[in-house]
Amino acid sequence: MTLSNYMNRKELLGFVILAVVIFLVLPLALDTFRLNLFGKYLTYAFVAIGLALCWGAGGILSLGQGIFFGLGGYCMAMFLKLEASTPENTSIQSTPGIPDFMDWNQLTELPVWWQPFYSLGFTMLAVVMVPVVFAFIIGFAMFTRRVGGVYFAIITQAFAAILTILIIGQQGYTGGVNGITDLRTLMGWDIRTDEAKNILYFVNGVLLFAVLFVAQFVRKSKLGRLLIAMRDQEDRVRFSGYNVANFKIFIFCLGAAFAGIGGAMFTLQVGFMSPTLVGIVPSIEMVIFCAVGGRLSILGAVYGALLVNLAKTTFSEGFPELWLLGLGGLFIAVVMAFPNGLAGLWSEKVEPWIEKTLKKTKVAEAPGPNKAPAE
Amino acid sequence: MSERFILSVEDLTVSFDGFKAVDDLSFYVEPNECRVIIGPNGAGKTTVLDLICGRTKATGGTVKFKGMNLLDMREDQIVHAGVGRKFQTPSVYEDLSVFENLELSYPKGHGVFGAVFFKQDQAVKDRIQEIAETIFLTDQLDEKAAYLSHGQKQWLEIGMLLIQDPELLMLDEPVAGMSVAERKKTAELLNRIIQDRSVIVIEHDMGFVADIATRVTVLHRGELLSEGSMDHVQNDPKVVEVYLGH
Amino acid sequence: MFADYSTAELGAIFAMQGFAGLILFSVFVLMALGLAIIFGQMGVINMAHGEFMILGAYVTYIVSNIFSAYMPGLFGAYFFVAMFLAFIASGALGLLVEWAMIRHLYKRPLDTLLATWGLSLILQQIYRSVFGAREVGVSIPDWMMGSLPLTDLIEIPINGIFVMVLAVSISLAVYIMMFRSTWGRQVRAINQNRVMAGAVGINTEWTDRLTFGIGCGVAGVAGSAFTMIGSTGPTAGQLYIVDTFLVVVFGGAASLLGTIASAFSISQAQSIMEFFLSGSMAKVITLLVVVGILMIRPQGLFALKLRK
Repeated sequence: MTLSNYMNRKELLGFVILAVVIFLVLPLALDTFRLNLFGKYLTYAFVAIGLALCWGAGGILSLGQGIFFGLGGYCMAMFLKLEASTPENTSIQSTPGIPDFMDWNQLTELPVWWQPFYSLGFTMLAVVMVPVVFAFIIGFAMFTRRVGGVYFAIITQAFAAILTILIIGQQGYTGGVNGITDLRTLMGWDIRTDEAKNILYFVNGVLLFAVLFVAQFVRKSKLGRLLIAMRDQEDRVRFSGYNVANFKIFIFCLGAAFAGIGGAMFTLQVGFMSPTLVGIVPSIEMVIFCAVGGRLSILGAVYGALLVNLAKTTFSEGFPELWLLGLGGLFIAVVMAFPNGLAGLWSEKVEPWIEKTLKKTKVAEAPGPNKAPAE
Repeated sequence: MSERFILSVEDLTVSFDGFKAVDDLSFYVEPNECRVIIGPNGAGKTTVLDLICGRTKATGGTVKFKGMNLLDMREDQIVHAGVGRKFQTPSVYEDLSVFENLELSYPKGHGVFGAVFFKQDQAVKDRIQEIAETIFLTDQLDEKAAYLSHGQKQWLEIGMLLIQDPELLMLDEPVAGMSVAERKKTAELLNRIIQDRSVIVIEHDMGFVADIATRVTVLHRGELLSEGSMDHVQNDPKVVEVYLGH
Repeated sequence: MFADYSTAELGAIFAMQGFAGLILFSVFVLMALGLAIIFGQMGVINMAHGEFMILGAYVTYIVSNIFSAYMPGLFGAYFFVAMFLAFIASGALGLLVEWAMIRHLYKRPLDTLLATWGLSLILQQIYRSVFGAREVGVSIPDWMMGSLPLTDLIEIPINGIFVMVLAVSISLAVYIMMFRSTWGRQVRAINQNRVMAGAVGINTEWTDRLTFGIGCGVAGVAGSAFTMIGSTGPTAGQLYIVDTFLVVVFGGAASLLGTIASAFSISQAQSIMEFFLSGSMAKVITLLVVVGILMIRPQGLFALKLRK
């Protein structure tokens, strides 16, 4: 794949603008507290990008992305919790050396499946692989049986409910409804300081761009076109000789991997992980980030996550009762009035304007019409 | 014995909640034969094609293609074995360009990772160009399939099958809904592409059938009513009864 | 785990849990019926269904307050008035929502799902603003208090029996409407072939609207019955929505009988397991089993095999 196949001029412009916003504008304009908040918003963008591929391109609506966000986040939180629970730090517990919530729940030793999370290498692998394996199991079972559409949506939602109930119910192993809190250091590096928060914001930004590049690569590959083909004419794809289920499983797993990374970055930047980020409500809210961005657009997904969360913070600080009305209205509006979201606004209003301005200034240098690519 | 035939359908049966859409049907297709299936509405013609290409699961019987039992295979495996299928209503990918429609049908990069790392090399482009010429769509390569006329969509779907180069091509009413001019062009196209492969066609247009058929199979209520040359079938009293008696 | 109990005790446990399961069953059936009509017949996912139910519950709450303030003599009968008004209120809201929103989205089931989720958030907030965030309970008429002692060990609460009777009667009413009335015939005709149904003179637009309205109205009645066994809060509807959808899907979307059978098996399984495991684990296991079965048999328990 040549570079121009991978990204055309307009898309390059979009990537550059987003990079300027994330790496220059926001860090310069905001204090550490607010920057950290935006870093948190951006962790949701990982999920929204995955949804743009699964739902926007492939037509697979998962209402359980919180599962994968949560699994990634919990994996990270388990590592950090173990590091925070040294025997010295926990000497007042009846069993020192295990996480505090285990001690409160009368556990006397660390469960076996917590043991591997002493290793950072394992944890980093698990952040991606645990969501992927989960997605693979769900996807394999559903897609090979040709379950799709609303059935898939409802069953993923049921999984989100199941996982939440499980986490809350098994508080001795998971920290229950409070989640895993009081996380302090990463390999001895205190993640609660302002400096650490600034660095983590940039790490998050770099990872986000890595994910965006992967998503762009997939979108522009034949697989990206296949997804769109599957969304419109699944049977035809099958009779062109493709095993449709495999492609759906792949893209669902990819979305889960993105969400897992986002979850881990959430834990690192916010300092805790809890079931409130896993369940039905957060999962369906993640869909709205993608929808506001414009479903198909991976860059739109990032802006969608930023704007909706910014609105949420602003409104729920001042007028909590307005926020739910606003969010509900947003769901209805993006479905009924603005199905193309921010990306549609960009390509219908802003881009023609840029084109016009560019043409005026460059009319002598760039003769010949530049053909708009099919999008 | 069975090597004489490229496709052997034996005792094929499917029932939907007790209703037998195809009942104990047997027929054989020879290499390079053009078989036309005719029959009144609801005779089970489309269902037979669905059964052969794996879209509907049979309740009983066997379908052998070059010695492989198609009933045990998934749709995509059947395609890779060399069976191509065109649907009754044109099904093309409306959101993609004609070029992309053909590209997706090109028989390479069909695995997940094969598709991610698929390269549009010169061979692919040449082949797509060649097919586009055959199906009269050279000038529309960059156009979205949604903007094609009904007839052009039919051609595109035929092109998508051609690029797969199947040994057995199954066409469900390829000229339905076309204008007279388009119909003529399509007949010419079909006559060209059925030369070196076996073809099963469902069609209502008798003039068209007489033009292309090697042999004709008549279905009625899911059962085989008559089989043979066009002349034989047209003079079979049972066929006359079914077509005229209604 | 059975070793600690005597045979008689075990029997009583199963009977009591079975009965608790029957109440849960009634709630599921009442909620799922409306959903099954809307989803099974129209293919519309109504995520705000729980809020339509809660509307019925609030209507019942208002009516009970009016009766106790102005007509204390008739208080014993308020429930029946409330149930009727709940049907009207939720049904009317359903008609309005269909007109304003759903009819534009018939070909896009996933979009309907998101839009009705938005609607559910809005309704929740409205309830919270009007009735407050705290849960409200209605006062149950005297004749519904108390319980029937069956044996020394087994007691059956009367309100539970009442809810069950309601569930059965409403199921019967829905069944009769679907299979004996003109409307039911039209709905089923549209479900099978919309274009044909329109061609033979059925007003498909109005039938859709009526179907959605009746489905929501049934939810309102469910909410009314719900007040007899639980209290009502703005978000109470959301708690049940996923379970109810699973009930409908598990039963086979097009089948009323399937919905009832699946409501029965799910509620019984959950209720009996609850005694031996913690409530949350019982729910996890029930949901996992249901989802597991759905993965093996996606068309649900009762479904017609049709040519696509």
